[in-house]
Amino acid sequence: MALISDGRFVEDDWRRLADEEALPKSGKVVVSLARVEHALAHLPEGVSLGVNVPNTTDPASLALALPRLGLVEIAFPAFADGRGFSLARLIRRAGFKGELRASGRLLADQYAHALGCGFDTIEIPDDLAERQDESQWRAARAAHARTYQRGYVAPGSILDARRKAAAR
Amino acid sequence: MTAHDPGLARPNAPTTTYRYDEFDAVFVRERVAEFREQVRRRLEGSLTEDEFRPFRLMNGLYLQLHAYMLRVAIPYGTLTARQMRRLADIADKYDRGYGHFTTRQNLQYNWPKLVDTPDILESLAGVEMHAIQTSGNCIRNVTADHFSGVAPDEIEDPRPTAEFLRQWSSAHPEFSFLPRKFKIAVTGADHDRAAIMVHDIGLRILKSDAGEIGYQVVVGGGLGRTPFVGKVIRDYVSRDDLLAYLEAIMRVYNRFGRRDNKFKARIKILVHEKGIDEVRAAVEAEFAAMDRSVFSFDPAEFERIAAFFTPPPYEALPAESAKLRTQGVEHPAFGNFLDMNVSPHRVPGYAIVTVSLKPIGGIPGDATSQQMRLLADASERFGFGELRVSHEQNIILPHVKQDELLDLWKLLDGAGLATANAGLVSDIISCPGLDYCSLATARSIPIAQAISKRFSDLSRQRRIGKLGIKISGCINACGHHHVGAIGILGLEKKGQESYQITLGGDPTFSASIGEILGPGVSAEQVPDVIEHIVDFYLAERREGETFIETWRRIGHARFKDVLRREGEDGADI
Repeated sequence: MALISDGRFVEDDWRRLADEEALPKSGKVVVSLARVEHALAHLPEGVSLGVNVPNTTDPASLALALPRLGLVEIAFPAFADGRGFSLARLIRRAGFKGELRASGRLLADQYAHALGCGFDTIEIPDDLAERQDESQWRAARAAHARTYQRGYVAPGSILDARRKAAAR
Repeated sequence: MTAHDPGLARPNAPTTTYRYDEFDAVFVRERVAEFREQVRRRLEGSLTEDEFRPFRLMNGLYLQLHAYMLRVAIPYGTLTARQMRRLADIADKYDRGYGHFTTRQNLQYNWPKLVDTPDILESLAGVEMHAIQTSGNCIRNVTADHFSGVAPDEIEDPRPTAEFLRQWSSAHPEFSFLPRKFKIAVTGADHDRAAIMVHDIGLRILKSDAGEIGYQVVVGGGLGRTPFVGKVIRDYVSRDDLLAYLEAIMRVYNRFGRRDNKFKARIKILVHEKGIDEVRAAVEAEFAAMDRSVFSFDPAEFERIAAFFTPPPYEALPAESAKLRTQGVEHPAFGNFLDMNVSPHRVPGYAIVTVSLKPIGGIPGDATSQQMRLLADASERFGFGELRVSHEQNIILPHVKQDELLDLWKLLDGAGLATANAGLVSDIISCPGLDYCSLATARSIPIAQAISKRFSDLSRQRRIGKLGIKISGCINACGHHHVGAIGILGLEKKGQESYQITLGGDPTFSASIGEILGPGVSAEQVPDVIEHIVDFYLAERREGETFIETWRRIGHARFKDVLRREGEDGADI
C-alpha cells in the first residue's frame, strides 16, 4: 500500500492490527470497528489508536470513541462508491480532529474531492500508485483551485472570492 | 445571407443570460485542462478505461454504438445568438454539420473524435459553455421552464435559482460519485413546463402567505424502467434554506441510495422502498443537524445572478398588434403558425415563438449548422439575441414583437423551420434510439418519422388538437414515453422490434404515468395503431376535451378495445 499526504507518497507510521493480534505496549495501531470499543477500554498508555470503518458506518456509533482516536480510516470498496465522502463529512462534523484517511482504489482525480470532504491522507494499493505517481496527485489537486461550494475544505471558495472582489 | 451580416444584427442585444465572471471562467478552463490531462493519461495508460469512464462521462462524453457522443450543457435551456453560432461552428468543424437538441435542453454531437473533445470543450469555454456533468453519476445540468421570464403565469423567473444550483452542483466534493445520475428541474409558473414531477428533485417556486419567495420540493420522480411521479417532501423551503435542504437530501441519498443494482439506484427507488415519510424524516434530521450558516443564502450573490436575467429593453406597445389578425388571414400558412407556434407573452405587444424542429418526416430535435445560424440571426433580428431549447426538443424565440411575427415567419419558412405543429401530433419527442444509441433495443427516429408522415396533413393535425406523442427506444425512457399522452416504447422480442403503447401519461403538475394499451406491435403497425387511437378519441371526445381528458373520462378499457379489435382484424398483434 502507498500513502499520500499533502501531495507526496509518505511512510505510513500506523500499523494495522489483525483481530487476533494483541494490543502492543506502544506505537500507533489501527483496529477494526468491531474491536474499537474493547481496545479503547484496555488501551496501554503509550498506544495511539486508529480504527478502520466501512463506508456504511453510522457516525453516531463512533461518537463516544472519536475524541480518543488518532486516526479514522474509511474504506472505499470501489472508487466510484462515494459514500465515504459523506461519512467523512459527518465524522468531521462530529468534531473529530485526528487524521482522516480514505483507503481503497481512489484515483488521483478524486484527490480534491477527498480533501474537500475532510480527508487528510489517501491509502492506495501499490499497483495504482505505480500508474499514478505523486505528480499526478499534485496536478489533480491543483486542478481544483477554487470551488463553488462553501463549507468544504478547499484552497478557496468562489463565493468568498466574489464577496471579497465586490468589497474592493 | 451570411451568419454575420451586419444588416441583420441589431445593436440591442443585452445580456439575457448568465455571464461568467473571472471565477467562472477560470473554473471552466480548469475543467477543460483537467479533462485534456485525463485523456492524455488514459492514452498513456495511467488511467484504465474503467477508471477513465466516470471522468469522461462527467465531461459529457459517451461511447455510443458507432462513435463517441458529446453532450453539451445548455443550462436551463437558455442560449445567446453567439453561443448558438458556436454550436454551429463546432458541428461543422468537428462533427457532420448538425446537432441534436435533447429532452434535457442539451445539445448532442453524434460523431466527435475522442482526441478532438478537449478542443471542442475549449471552443465551448470561449463562449461560456461546457459539457460538465451532462452525464455520469452526479448532479446533471439543471433544467427549467423554457418560457422562463416571459410566461404570463410566472411567479418568478426560475433561471437565477437554476444558475445558483448549477454553480453549487459543479464539481461538488461530496456529491460527484452518487449511486446514480441526479436530475433537478425548476419551475416558477402556475403551469409546469419543466416536468418537475418526474425529476429526482423538482422545485416549484412559491410565494408564502407572507409574500416571501420559497420552494416546494418534490423528490423521487423519474422515468426509466420504473417510472414514478415524485412526492412532495416539503411544502415550503425558504430561499435562505434551499441549499442546506438540498445538501440534506443529497447526503441522505448518497449514503442510503442503493448501490447493489444500478437499475435500483435512483432516488426514486429509495423513496419507493423506504416510503416518503422515512426519507423525509432522515432528510429533516440531517437538515436539523447541519450547520446551516455555511449554506445560508447570500442575497447579494443571488441578486448578482438574478441581474443577468432582467427583462430586455422592451418597447411600449399596444397589447395586440393591429395588423396581426389581417396578416394571419392574408397568409393562411402564417395564420396557422400564429395559432400553433405563437404563445402569449407577459409584455404587451410581444409574443413567444416556438420554432419546431419537427418537420414532417424529419428527425425530432435535429438541426443543421445552417439552421442554427439562421436561428441565431433570427434571434438577433427579432428577439434580443436570445434563444431557448425546450424539453420538447424545439427552439424558442422568447421575445418577438407581434408586429414582426410575419417577417420572422417568412425567414423561418424559407429555411424549412416554420412547421406549424407545436404541441400537435407530429411534434413528437423521440430519443435517438437504435440508430445511434448503444442502450437502445429498437429504433425510435424512423417510428417518429412514420407517424409524422401519416399525420402530415396539418389541418387534420389541428382538428386533432394538442396531443403529445413521446417515443423511447428502450426502457431507459429518454424519450419520456411514460408521460406522453400517447407513449411508445421500443423493445426487442425474439430478435424483432416490438412497440409497446401507453396512454394517459402527463408530465405536468397533474403528472401521471401512462398505462399499457396491450401487447406490443410491430414497427410497421405503429402508425396504424396510433391512427386508430386518434380516430377513436375524435369520435368520443366532447367539445373542447383534450386527449387526456377524454381518456380519463371514458377510461383506459375503452381504448384497449381499439387495439383488441385490430388484433381480430387479422393483424398479428
